[in-house]
Amino acid sequence: MSNIRLLVGTQKGAFILSADGKRERWEVRGPFFAGWEIYHLKGSPAEPQRIWASQSSGWFGQVIQRSDDGGKTWESVGNEFHYDGVPGTHQWYDGTPHPWEFKRVWHLEPVPEDPDAVYAGVEDAALFLSRDGGGTWQELSGLREHGSGPHWQPGAGGMCLHTILLDPQSRQRMFIAISAAGAFRTEDGGTSWQAINHGLHSDMMPDPEAEVGHCVHRIAMHRSRPDVLFMQKHWDVMRSDDAGDSWREVSGNLPSDFGFAIDVHAHEPETVYVVPIKSDSEHYPPDGKLRVYRSRTGGEEWEPLSRGLPQENCYVNVLRGALSVDSLDPCGIYFGTTGGQVYASRDGGDSWNAIVRDLPRVLSVEVQTL
Amino acid sequence: MIRVVLPVPLRTLAHAPEEVEVELEQGASVTLRAVLDGVEAAYPMLRGTIRDQATRKRRNFLRFFACGEDLSHEGLDLPLPEQIARGDEPLLVVAAIAGG
Repeated sequence: MSNIRLLVGTQKGAFILSADGKRERWEVRGPFFAGWEIYHLKGSPAEPQRIWASQSSGWFGQVIQRSDDGGKTWESVGNEFHYDGVPGTHQWYDGTPHPWEFKRVWHLEPVPEDPDAVYAGVEDAALFLSRDGGGTWQELSGLREHGSGPHWQPGAGGMCLHTILLDPQSRQRMFIAISAAGAFRTEDGGTSWQAINHGLHSDMMPDPEAEVGHCVHRIAMHRSRPDVLFMQKHWDVMRSDDAGDSWREVSGNLPSDFGFAIDVHAHEPETVYVVPIKSDSEHYPPDGKLRVYRSRTGGEEWEPLSRGLPQENCYVNVLRGALSVDSLDPCGIYFGTTGGQVYASRDGGDSWNAIVRDLPRVLSVEVQTL
Repeated sequence: MIRVVLPVPLRTLAHAPEEVEVELEQGASVTLRAVLDGVEAAYPMLRGTIRDQATRKRRNFLRFFACGEDLSHEGLDLPLPEQIARGDEPLLVVAAIAGG
């Protein structure tokens, strides 16, 4: 029988939640790296006992941890993230130029076929790659030097590269997203990049349809259809059927099209999940009711999923990295909240249970189907 | 032997005791830089956690104290007090109380 391992990053440490394929009884381990912010953990598809963790702190900076035994023991590896050359400036919140400064790693994306290779998406936005098990990191500076960099600006969480999607059918192609610059695609393994934001409309920008500057919160794909991308933008849920060349809005009947998290069902490429949040100033669910919304039509038509979720007085947020799916059948859906709950659905979202209720603020949830 | 007291999160990260010891080469100047280099050599996982990896400057939320004196804003190459060099007093690496 398969096993499920949830890798949960929180503001005060990491937790590992494990269950067998029934997904009924969960073992909770942690906190690991207690007191430190764990923006992201992710397991290597090539070597699932290898797990990467981004450990950071406002006091002590960035540490990268690696486990080779499924999270039992950890070893700190390289943490030197040096931008290539003189990194120049991006826009500050008030539009003035601001020097590029490394702050933290938001996302770690292991290369599926190579356990020693892993990408890191960082703040201030850039993409790094390690090919030696995390010992050293090299910037793929073609992204930052795309030419639009001086026009990128931070979102409320900082100017972060928070999403890395590797095309499972073409290793040379990947997609990344930056708040607040937008989405970018490479076709040559990261040497050169193209902004893929045509069709996005952001009223907060002087030119709402500019090439860059959009606050993309998350993008997701189904591995069988890498040309189809779904996006939760600051406002608007979007869809592209041409690998990001163009986007159209599919917010449809959502109660709010603001949100952070988005993901796709493991076996149904047209089934998409989002968690609507009331607004950019009110980071909690509409009406105090925590509801995941599911579309079985690739957007536009959405149904609320609320069974087992709090339907009154709920004012938590679900952050961009905190929603994931397993690959069992029926598909399991998992998300963590800023209130410290981690909810699980064993039936594609029809019903939910809290695995844990009182963790620190959850920053990310990743699933390993073992 | 030079004694250095680390803040709790760094002790945990380094699997180190409250106070670590650093031995410098005979005749070497006992400066903040030399002592921090020694700490990082003994505990490589602390590289970047006390001084920024890129700038090598002290992290903003850390301070250095020796013999009751705040050395945070002195140059890294300033010789440390004799009591530190002799190991009579520890160099304190202190994390700011900054909420969180």
